[in-house]
Amino acid sequence: MLDVVLSLVVILAVFLVLPLVVGQAEHKVMAHMQSRLGPMYAGRFHGWAQLIADGVKFAQKEDVVPAAADRRVFMIAPGVALVPYLVVLIVIPIDRGAVAVDLDLGLFFVLAVMGVGVLGSVMAGWASANKYSLLGGMRVAAQLMSYELPLVLAASSVAMAAGTLSLPGIVEAWQWWWLPWQAVGGVVFFVAGLAELRRPPFDMPVAESEIIMGPLTEYTGMRFALFMLTEYVGIVVLSFLTTVLFLGGWHGPLLPGWIWTLVKVFALAFVVIWLRVSYPRLREDQLQKLAWAGLVPLALLQLAITGVVKVLT
Amino acid sequence: MDGYFGSYLLVAALLAIGVAIVAGALLANRLLRPSRPTPEKLTTYECGVDPVGEGWAQSQVRYYVFTYLYVVFAVDAVFLFPWATVFDAPGYGVATLAEMFVFLGFIALGILYAWRKRVLSWT
Repeated sequence: MLDVVLSLVVILAVFLVLPLVVGQAEHKVMAHMQSRLGPMYAGRFHGWAQLIADGVKFAQKEDVVPAAADRRVFMIAPGVALVPYLVVLIVIPIDRGAVAVDLDLGLFFVLAVMGVGVLGSVMAGWASANKYSLLGGMRVAAQLMSYELPLVLAASSVAMAAGTLSLPGIVEAWQWWWLPWQAVGGVVFFVAGLAELRRPPFDMPVAESEIIMGPLTEYTGMRFALFMLTEYVGIVVLSFLTTVLFLGGWHGPLLPGWIWTLVKVFALAFVVIWLRVSYPRLREDQLQKLAWAGLVPLALLQLAITGVVKVLT
Repeated sequence: MDGYFGSYLLVAALLAIGVAIVAGALLANRLLRPSRPTPEKLTTYECGVDPVGEGWAQSQVRYYVFTYLYVVFAVDAVFLFPWATVFDAPGYGVATLAEMFVFLGFIALGILYAWRKRVLSWT
């Protein structure tokens, strides 16, 4: 019983702390890549308390629900978007033996539950009763459908390689030469995951220069803050999954396993921020073309490579 | 906490905690925030001008083709998972590998068809 409580506490700590660390890192890394300082005032030392200050501000803001909106759906949408990312964390191993629940269909569970999270944005887009939100919601739906397929195919390539769907089992089976073997699948998974999170350069659904903020246009105060938190928890979850599936999780020399996991997760989170600063937004049709003509064929190629190598060796 | 469904009990517990976190955050917000609604504040936001027509306006949805594509492929992809864990087991080997290439061939053919129908490029 005690270790169950302990593992839940660790999951909550990961859920509540790491997104803030990633968010603060984004503020500072983006700022320095663009030759500015970023937040410097809150908390005195290099603005470390900026996101806490943001949270306090959001908690005090008025909650405006537009008169035309589909009220109930509008109000629960942030929760539908956020909670699945918390639930996914339960099957992710941090170290050998350090996982809350070792589900034997862990990978399938992860993909299924993350699919629920994206409904939150679609609900928000529809329930806002706003033309821009509706357009944004449509784009969210189209983007998620297109990128779900390469995500699933790349993930199943790892399941083929390891011969199991359990995430700790996959990391246990991992060896260093999987890095070149699964490299194509890893890139496809990471890029498709970015698109699922609607992070730049795949942020067409919230393109602020044309549709304001897409599905989030009408949201204010705490509900908006929950959507923002969803985005950063999403980065953490995507980095964890890529680490566990493609980068060998806790495997690494010298340091303890959980430190290796965190190092890899933060390196990937840095790449997510870096891509945001480096690339312009993809146009809607370019977005669809990248998924169907780029990532899906690459994922199929990876499946073929995995199958041939696995059967021949 | 034992057995096959015991592990899902913990998943359900975490789900409940997640719902509690969201509810707690919204409750804190309710206690701390002002509430002064005015008709202007509650109108739909359209860049500052009065909204035209209603929000659920008609527009051309060009994405429905992708929905078809997705339904075709995602249903196929679900069957990959049970297959992926056993395809290398003793007694399968080359036969299952050949089946995999048949599967990949079907999916590739579907994408090729969509490509020839020009649904992937809009300009």
